[in-house]
Amino acid sequence: MGAHHHTYNFSEQYEFSGKAKTYSLIAIVIGIAAIAFGFLTGHAERTFANLLLMSYYFTCICAAGLFFIAVQFVAQAGWSAGLIRIPQAFAKVLPIASIILVVVVAAGLFSHNLYHHWNHEGITDPTSPNYDALIAGKAGYLNVPFFLTRLVFFLALYCIFAVLLPKLSNNEDLEGGLNSYKKSIKYSAIFLVIFGFTTPIWAFDVIMSLEAHWFSTMFGWYNFAAMWVTGLATIAITVILLKKSGYLGWINENHLHDLGKFVFAFSIFWTYVWFAQFLLIYYANIPEETVYFYKRFEPEYLPWFWVNIVVNFVAPLLILMTRDAKRKTNMLLFVCIVIICGHWLDYYMMIMPGTVESHRGFGIIEVGTFLGFVGLFTFFMLNALSKAALAPKNHPFLQESVHHHI
Amino acid sequence: MASHNESILREPLITGKDITYARITNEVLLPVENKPNKAWWIGFIVSALGALLWVGAVSYTFYYGIGTWGLNKTVGWAWDITGFVWWVGIGHAGTLISAVLLLFRQNWRNSINRSAEAMTIFAVICAATYVVSHMGRPWLAYWPLPLPNQFGSLWVNFNSPLVWDVFAISTYFSVSLLFWYTGLLPDIATIRDRATGLKRRIYSILSFGWTGSVKTWQRFEAVSLILAGVSTPLVLSVHTIVSMDFATSVIPGWHTTIFPPYFVAGAIFSGFAMVQTLLLIARKVLGLENYITMFHIESMNKIIVLTGSIVGVAYLTELFIAWYSGVEYEQYAFLNRISGPYWWAYWCMMTCNVITPQLFWFKKIRTSIPISWVLSIIVNIGMWFERFVIIVTSLHRDYIPSSWAMFYPTWVDISIFVGSIGLFFTLFLLFIRVLPSVAMAEVKLLVKTSSEQSKKKLLDAGVIKPEEAEYYKESLTKFDSVDQADYAKI
Repeated sequence: MGAHHHTYNFSEQYEFSGKAKTYSLIAIVIGIAAIAFGFLTGHAERTFANLLLMSYYFTCICAAGLFFIAVQFVAQAGWSAGLIRIPQAFAKVLPIASIILVVVVAAGLFSHNLYHHWNHEGITDPTSPNYDALIAGKAGYLNVPFFLTRLVFFLALYCIFAVLLPKLSNNEDLEGGLNSYKKSIKYSAIFLVIFGFTTPIWAFDVIMSLEAHWFSTMFGWYNFAAMWVTGLATIAITVILLKKSGYLGWINENHLHDLGKFVFAFSIFWTYVWFAQFLLIYYANIPEETVYFYKRFEPEYLPWFWVNIVVNFVAPLLILMTRDAKRKTNMLLFVCIVIICGHWLDYYMMIMPGTVESHRGFGIIEVGTFLGFVGLFTFFMLNALSKAALAPKNHPFLQESVHHHI
Repeated sequence: MASHNESILREPLITGKDITYARITNEVLLPVENKPNKAWWIGFIVSALGALLWVGAVSYTFYYGIGTWGLNKTVGWAWDITGFVWWVGIGHAGTLISAVLLLFRQNWRNSINRSAEAMTIFAVICAATYVVSHMGRPWLAYWPLPLPNQFGSLWVNFNSPLVWDVFAISTYFSVSLLFWYTGLLPDIATIRDRATGLKRRIYSILSFGWTGSVKTWQRFEAVSLILAGVSTPLVLSVHTIVSMDFATSVIPGWHTTIFPPYFVAGAIFSGFAMVQTLLLIARKVLGLENYITMFHIESMNKIIVLTGSIVGVAYLTELFIAWYSGVEYEQYAFLNRISGPYWWAYWCMMTCNVITPQLFWFKKIRTSIPISWVLSIIVNIGMWFERFVIIVTSLHRDYIPSSWAMFYPTWVDISIFVGSIGLFFTLFLLFIRVLPSVAMAEVKLLVKTSSEQSKKKLLDAGVIKPEEAEYYKESLTKFDSVDQADYAKI
């Protein structure tokens, strides 16, 4: 410990150009092409389902970056100070992601491609042939104006903090001192309370209401678990790729080890939540609850239902179990990519049975939309990253982070 | 943390001047090596009387059967299971502090882990007594075990969460005991080395031949880490399965998917409250203010407000989904909780678990010892009511209105509950007499890097940035164990 004395250039800045820029732009173009293909070939509903999936996923990753920063401040974590600029870059993209999500949800609502289960003409009118007593009972909550207001309001609240916290960190670079640090702790705590109380509702609205008859109290935390583990995996991937490009000299296998432990632990946490929800519904066997899994046990979905668990639980569990695996760059990179793809499937399993039902597909639209959003995220995130130094040079815990050794 | 590069912003984990390894040993072993004082005797006698009440009430139950409790045909499960879940929940903080905080490298756990683990073990014992006593026929207590038997093909019902609970709790108890005892070995060896005569013989056997060699320490650290890794999923599984005792059923108010993580959060919440209740008194009575500092108290209060809020999210989620589900039974169960004959229990639970802990957002409150103590007691009360509300309000008005009933505890119910608290404190008070209540060896690790004196050295040497030194001095003002005059002149 402390025996190695390197001098690092903490003012080092990421330069967004070359391959990273080209490839992310190409991916965006592929995405646009795939979406256009979807609409032109008459798969409007399926394309909308994919758009919802990826814009939700995109927003969740950015929100997870913000959540990560807030947790580090509130927990007074030292190890992560040297890599905090990466989740900060995620947070900076949250406003863009939020706008895209709101546009997709609103367009889906008004074009009746999404949420038609509760947003259907005459569904709350007892005289209409479309009348649905259950939906009518929820109409005070599930109605277009209130639904959109909630979505916009929550995302706007998160975005305030997504702007504020990176800004404070930037002030710290310029002015030094501890003012920004103290304020960051305060705002992080406020954000965590707001986020903690509202994310379940966010998940109930955007995802659970696709199948508006069904309900599960766990669904909010289940979505949170997916958001958090994919956010951690994306942070790890970004750190590794930046290191591979010669940046972040002060980040070493000790930091990767910690990220790896988080990815490992929260993969298990996701599984725990998934299993608890599944087991309780399976065991009690009440029709209004089992309907959700009944749909996922149809032949179109059943194999993927099990693949979901294998990819998101068994793979990280077995591969990341040992200390060495978490400290090996390529191994960790591999597992994180598996998790990113795995949770795409997880969201797919949440969304598709309630939208396209048995007409599910996997082809140009799915792969293209996925790539498009990966490109979108990469482009905006790296662009945000390039705007500030890669290390928060005046962060009070930077030295702890640089000398982090486990 | 605990590295030579530890930031000065981190508050000291050991306060006081001239802290040496010898002084730590002397101060921690004071109650073990000396005759008990009056305060201990008073506490012990009161607790022992409580334990006696428990023995009496449980014996009465065994003699006359569980018909002596206030149960009726509608409410067939009440204070018995409430008490059981309450105790199991309290047991969770010990493992959380020793295992989860170890994995997160939170060194402040070092001074509180020992008593928290002891508390875990005693709380699980109290919980286990409920299991046995509410079997009614304790001589058949081995029936939940899947033993080869002569009853033909009669096996335990593996589909029953109650059987899962038997496995979960017994495994949990074994691992907690192992973890606690392993951690005790170096400290027991310290007592052995300072004792004479019969006492030395006893502690010698108990220390398992601990030599303190490098190899011994290496193995000690390896086994601690492995046990931490094993007990983390275990502690989560225990309350998960306790929650499934209810949630696998089809009873409105019991069957809800959020129960497992919500119960775990509630368990950690109540466990930390109990640790706070015990340690705020123990640090004063045993003179451990330098080791269990204001930083520890404040950190535990922060965990209480965090877990209390998680529980709050769960309460609100349940309430909302009950309405959203459109299931009238579910809706009625919650309406009945809020405004039915047990409304007072529901609002007591809400107030004690969600509203009053929010006071911990104020620094003044979370660094006030008397208020922290009172709030920790309120959490203990609230968490008892949580279980009572879940259990009794869901049962007392079932599907047939003609069988609706209320639950009234008998003197036996009350005596078993009050008695179990006596049993718990008796065991805890005995523990602090015979074993060190602070993990001496682990606290000693922090002297060089995280103590007030090591930080003061840095301040005196003038190697700290002025604004960080200012921040640090500011943070010390809340400590009741720091001599503030020392910092006035720096």
